[in-house]
Formats: sequence, C-alpha cells, structure tokens
Amino acid sequence: MSTNREIWQQAFDESPRREADYSTMSGVPLAPVYGPDDGEFPGQYPYTRGPHASMYRSRLWTMRMFAGFGTAEDTNWRFKEILKAGGTGLSTAFDMPTLLGLDSDDEMSLGEVGRCGVAIDSLADMEDLYAGIDLGEITTSMTINSPAAPIFAMFVAQAEKAGVDRSLLGGTLQNDILKEYQAQKEYVFPPRQSMRLVRDTIKFTAAEMPRWNSISISGYHIREAGSTAAEELAFTLANGFAYVELALQAGLPIDTFAPRLSFFFNAHIDFFEEIAKLRAARRIWARWMHDRYGAQLAKSMQLRFHTQTAGVSLTAQQPEVNIVRTAIEALAGVLGGTQSLHTNSMDEALALPTEKSARIALRTQQVIAYETNVTHVADPLGGSYFVEELTDEMERQAEEIFAKLDDFGSGSMLEGCIEGIDENWFQSRIADSAYDLERKFNSGQRIIVGVSNFTEGNDDPQIETLRISNADETRQRKRLETVRGDRSQASVDAVLAKLAAEAADPEVNLMPTLLEASRAYVTLGEMMNTMAGVFGRHVEVPVI
Amino acid sequence: MSHRILVAKVGLDGHDRGVKIVARILRDAGFEVIYTGLFQTPQTVAAAAVDEDVDAIGLSMLSGAHMTLAPLVVEAVRSRGAEIPVIVGGIVPADDFAALKAAGVAAVLTPGATAAQVVEAVRNVLAEH
Repeated sequence: MSTNREIWQQAFDESPRREADYSTMSGVPLAPVYGPDDGEFPGQYPYTRGPHASMYRSRLWTMRMFAGFGTAEDTNWRFKEILKAGGTGLSTAFDMPTLLGLDSDDEMSLGEVGRCGVAIDSLADMEDLYAGIDLGEITTSMTINSPAAPIFAMFVAQAEKAGVDRSLLGGTLQNDILKEYQAQKEYVFPPRQSMRLVRDTIKFTAAEMPRWNSISISGYHIREAGSTAAEELAFTLANGFAYVELALQAGLPIDTFAPRLSFFFNAHIDFFEEIAKLRAARRIWARWMHDRYGAQLAKSMQLRFHTQTAGVSLTAQQPEVNIVRTAIEALAGVLGGTQSLHTNSMDEALALPTEKSARIALRTQQVIAYETNVTHVADPLGGSYFVEELTDEMERQAEEIFAKLDDFGSGSMLEGCIEGIDENWFQSRIADSAYDLERKFNSGQRIIVGVSNFTEGNDDPQIETLRISNADETRQRKRLETVRGDRSQASVDAVLAKLAAEAADPEVNLMPTLLEASRAYVTLGEMMNTMAGVFGRHVEVPVI
Repeated sequence: MSHRILVAKVGLDGHDRGVKIVARILRDAGFEVIYTGLFQTPQTVAAAAVDEDVDAIGLSMLSGAHMTLAPLVVEAVRSRGAEIPVIVGGIVPADDFAALKAAGVAAVLTPGATAAQVVEAVRNVLAEH
C-alpha cells in the first residue's frame, strides 16, 4: 500500500519541470511540498492543496492582464504592448454598450462607447481587435456575459478567417449569466432564456473546441458588489452547480463538459481569509462533483481559477499606495494556488489604467513570480492551524448557503439559483453585506489608509490618468456606418429571420446561426434585438 | 417633514453597490429615499423626480459617462420647469468638477466620501436651494 506521499511523488515525477533554482536565497534546498506522508498532497482529491501535483514547479500562473478601451484598433495596440512586456495571455474588456448587446449608434450608448472597454459592433471590429495576434498560440479571455454567444461567434468567425481552426483556439468565455442578475447587473434577457444560450455555448464547445473554457464562473463581481468572502465562495460555487445541472439536463454526460468549467475569484485585502476561501473552493467543488454529480474524471473535480485583485480595495486618495494593496492581494491569490492572475493598476479608482500603471501592475506579478521564491513550494500554508481552521470555516459557511439554495429549488441547485434571483435573495444579501462593511468603515472599526486615517499627502497633485476622448465614439459610429453600407442587406435579413425562428425553438442550438450571422457582418445589436424579440427583456425590481 | 431624495442610475452603468449604500446612508440620516433602479435615461430620471416631487437628485456614475449624461439630466429637469438640484457621485476626475458645476450640477462626491460627508453635502445643497 503506497502512502499519499509516494502517490504524489509519482505524479510529480511525471509532470513537466520548469527550470529554476529550487532553494532559498541562502541555499537551503526546498521540497516541492511539505506535509505528513499520509496527509493530503497537491493533485490529490479533494484538491484543497492544489489541482496539480507539481503546481508552479511545472508552470507559473498565466499573467493575464485585462485590457480594453476605445476602438478595436486602440485595444489591439495595447494587447501587443502587453505581450511585449511579458504578459502571457490576453483578456478583453468590452465597453458598456457591448456588454449590454447594444450597437455603438444606439441611443442608449451615448457617452459610453469605448469608455470602460473596447467597442465591438461586428466581425469587422473583431478582426481589428486580434489583428496580428496568433490565436493558435496566445490564449484569450473574453469578459462578456449576456451577449456571450454572439460575441463568441464573432471571435470564432474571426479566428477562422485568419486561418486558425476553432479546435485550436484556447481561452475562456466568461459567459456566467447568473452572477449578472445577482451582482454585476449586465443582463438583457430573462434568466431562463439566458441559460438556454449558456447551454448552447457549452454544447458547442464540448463538441468542437477542446481547448476552450466555456464558462468562467465568477465570484469576482459578487465580491465587488459587496458580498463577504464566504458569500462569494458559496454563490459562485452554487452558480457552478446550476450550470452543471443545466448541461446534465441537456443530455451531456458530466465528464464531457465539467473539465472545461473554470472559475474566477476575487483576491481581497484580508490576506488569510482569501487564501482559505480559495482552498475551500477547490475542496467543495471536488466533493460536490464527485458525490452529487457523479464525476469520475479527476479533471472534472479539479477546480481551476483565475484571480483578480480587488478593485473595491483601491483608493482614489494617494493612489500609489494601491500598488502595495495589489501586491498583497496578488500574493494571496498565488498562495491560494491560482492558475491565472490579473493585478489591478494603481489608478483604477480614478480611471482606466495608463500604460505605465498597467505595466507596474504586471511587474508586481513578476516580482512575486521571479523574486520571492513563493512559487517553489505548493500550498505553503497548508497545515497551518490557523489557515486550516479558516478553510474549514469557509466551507462550513458555504455549505449553509448551499442547503438554503437547495431548499429554494426543492433539490435542484439550478432552480434554487433562479429562485434566489427572482426573489431578490442574492441581491439583498449582497447589499446587506456591503452596507455592514460600510458601517464598519464609517464607525472607524476598520481603517483605510489614506481615507479614514493617515491622510497627509492626500492634497498632492493627482497622478496622470488616461482620458478617453469623445473622438473614439464618433470614430466608432462612422466605422459602424461603413460596415452597414458594405454588407449584403439581403444576407443580413435572411440570417436574422433564421435566428428569430430558431430562437423560438428551445431545442435548437443557436451557435451555428450566430456564426453565420457574424460572417455576414450582422451587428451585435441586430442579433441581440432579434433574440430579445423572442426572449423578452429582464427588468429588475429595484430594492435598496 | 423629511426631505425626499431620488437616487438614480442613468445610462448603462450597472455598478449599484455605491448607489444602494448612499440610499441607505441617507435613509438612516432621516431622508425619504426613492431609488430609480438601473438603466434610466435623463428623461426618465427627470420625470420621476418631478412626479415624486423630490428635493434633490443623486446620480451615481462610475463608467466615465458623467460628462455626457449628468448635464443631460440637469437639462431634462429644467426643461420640465423644475429646479431640483442634481448631485453627482462616483468616479469623477477632479479636472471635470468645474465643467460639471458650469453645466448646473450642484455638488460632486468622489470615492472615499464618508457617510457624514454624503449627508453634509446633501444638506448643504438643500440649504442653498
């Protein structure tokens, strides 16, 4: 009978090895992991200590910096800068109109085009966005939810036009609609109709795109909207269970799609709680996938995630101090075993980042990766009395929430999550937690450096920030006008009629027709409006 | 009688953590607070403000569209013959303060404003009107 250590050792020996000096600065040799022979090791169920046996000794996390502003050409330029500076993956930020499926010339888009991200109206913009970037080589993440299916169709159409087969494309579509109703609020269609599109993308990628993560189940926005760490953990994993049940209902066997589900967590400023949350997330996911959903493949149970440092922890006052906050948060993500990381820039409480501040944010990751040696030993805090107890506590609080949702859904997490949204349960809990924290700040119970205390220096001249001019909006509208003028209106009308007919039949997968529409330069707004004509639109009941 | 405040999200910006916190802060300070919900237009905000006969409007703006949308709200209110002060809160660069004031915005609150500062700003604006 082999010990856990021996089993781990074999897996470790079979893993690729990254060249590095695996000793301390003073020359003490370091083992890849520490712990008792029969304790849990990284790469072993339930994966508390990491999804892989070798963790960062095989491969560092992907330094994936989120970027997007102005027109597709502007963002393409920033992407190339990121890759030149040593970024190892791309992450696309879309502007508000794109996130809500509106064209740049829509009346509601006024003042918002290219402000918070890049404006994408049609395949033409997608072509500009990734021009000169080898998508067979570089993986791409796209932060898009309500219009995820049409944007993904444009992405695939663009890559295939550039000569890269869809089966070779690697990356992640956020495509996590449930948290939009709960937290981020960029919804278009009602929940059930949106979930049909999620199902369509899961089925499409499971069949045709083996390197693609069909959903990035995201706690980040839930936390940013004000939840506690345990609520972030619980709501996110509950949403994950809902997507699993959705795909199971669609007839997909668990192990055909579960390995392509990925996660996205926040790394906030409470250092140990964040690490405990990430460890608990892996353990809970593995247990539920195995026990409740009958997964057999290890990959279906190994939770992999991207991490972003907490935007809400940044202050407009003394913004340089944000570099320190971000470094600490990023370190929590790394010690929690993240597969991919975005570090926020110091100026993001003021504006989108400048090129310089984004570079410093990337450098922060590089310092952690290459100077600190924290990557040498997997799960370095495993076995700490404190961190283990906090991990257990995170799991306990999350299980309490799962029980409630399971009850809401009478034994279905999918129904429980939708019910929780319809009843404003998630939204109210998040708002309550946000206000509780705010009161702690206001009462002085919690300190924010440069805001509640230590304010000397707040009057210094403001750092230089990125300004997005209105010229981008004008340029983008002109471009859209040209695209509309250059295409065959007959093809557009035909494919939109087909889309409407197929949308009305819930059994049909809409991805092939969305691809066809993309190739005909149908705009995002046209596709979304056509689907909204069938699906209807979601309206939230506002609650304070 | 307590003052009535309309807090609003205009445009496509779905970030509602701030607006909900401000709504609760004002409610706890004794104001009567009405929240519009998301995705309003300058016209729907102005109409709600007039219909509800509010004493001030608070706009929460975090997407960078404040220079376009805040002046449109002020105009929409005025075009209805009302004189309801408009306060903007959110991510607003200091460089934009003067232009917003010139466009008729009564006050601007930026990140880090405490509950006490929010309440004080609203009371000051009400006192001036």
